[in-house]
Amino acid sequence: METGRRTFLKIGGICALGLGSLQVVKAFGKTETPKFMANLQALTAKRWAMAIDMKKCWEKGPPGCRDCVLACHSTHNVPDIGTQKEEIKWIWDEKYENVFPGQESGMEPAEISEKPFMVLCNHCKNAPCTRVCPTEATFKRADGITVMDYHRCIGCRYCMAGCPYGARSFNFRDPRPYIKTELNPTFPTRDRGVVEKCNFCEERLDAGKIPACVEACKCKALSFGDLEDPNSDVRKALASQFSLRRKPELGTEPGVYYII
Amino acid sequence: MKIYDGKYILVGLVIFIVLATFPVWFNHGKAAPPPDPKLDTPVIKQMINKQCVLPKEEMITGHMKLLNEWRTEVVRNNKRMYVASDGKTYEMSLQNECMRCHSNKSQFCDQCHNYAGLQKDSDPYCWNCHIAPKENM
Repeated sequence: METGRRTFLKIGGICALGLGSLQVVKAFGKTETPKFMANLQALTAKRWAMAIDMKKCWEKGPPGCRDCVLACHSTHNVPDIGTQKEEIKWIWDEKYENVFPGQESGMEPAEISEKPFMVLCNHCKNAPCTRVCPTEATFKRADGITVMDYHRCIGCRYCMAGCPYGARSFNFRDPRPYIKTELNPTFPTRDRGVVEKCNFCEERLDAGKIPACVEACKCKALSFGDLEDPNSDVRKALASQFSLRRKPELGTEPGVYYII
Repeated sequence: MKIYDGKYILVGLVIFIVLATFPVWFNHGKAAPPPDPKLDTPVIKQMINKQCVLPKEEMITGHMKLLNEWRTEVVRNNKRMYVASDGKTYEMSLQNECMRCHSNKSQFCDQCHNYAGLQKDSDPYCWNCHIAPKENM
């Protein structure tokens, strides 16, 4: 068959029209109502962050107060294994020298260097754990929360090696028999072989509630809110006092601030 | 025709055939009862329009795909509400929403999963983490 330039152009034109019509069909084919929606009462933010006022915690809180830890661990069915090696922790206390290594002057008043600091996942802006995770089981949400997808976690523990704050714990064994708090039936437990950590109470935020630790603290040492909203609780707490973040030299940009 | 060591071979053959067909004739006439998932929980009984998120046939064949999709939307895309084709919204949660009506795991989920030979604690391992509610029948 002999094909002239004219027929070639005609066929080419018809083909191009056919390809272009696909987009039109797609646009019309879309359903009007979305199948999946975010909760209507959910709290939203550009970047969730927390400020921990340690002075308030030490001065107003009763000695040995563990309200925030208990609230968190009972809300999320966190087990108490009993050994340091297999310890599972979402929020816990740590010594000053371990919380701010490299930032200490060495001449701090005893009330600072000997008092406990509350530490948890920092929900870093540049989270090293999410960069090293081979299955993207841990990832950053648009609102700044570093979440774990336990379904996808293969238990390689790269994230634990990557986290400079030791905020991640590995389930060496089935955690269920070790849950000493009353089981929260609305939240899952974890399985043997996955890594877990603080989730900034994303399930509570979606239900319109603030994190359990913030709610449980009677002396209001914890404030939570949107870091990019100047009227939020965190910004108000940070605006009036000097604050520190953990290991700033690493460039992870933590979302947890400390007021000392 | 002469078969060398014929009687040993024949006896061996008979033993082999008996052993190889053992499962067939031993289980003959003893079919496992077909699964019978129960839909008679108090919550379902009170429903006027007994309708799941999808039509029954689609749920039977596709509930695992739906649950997978729900998981992805909730965990990875932070969308927790599902709009069914009839406009009703559901919270996408196995533990809190599916089990609110189907509060009889042993009489509902396990019926087919056991019949199909899905091993406990392997596939589907939903219940290693998700907490099944107290049985309520």
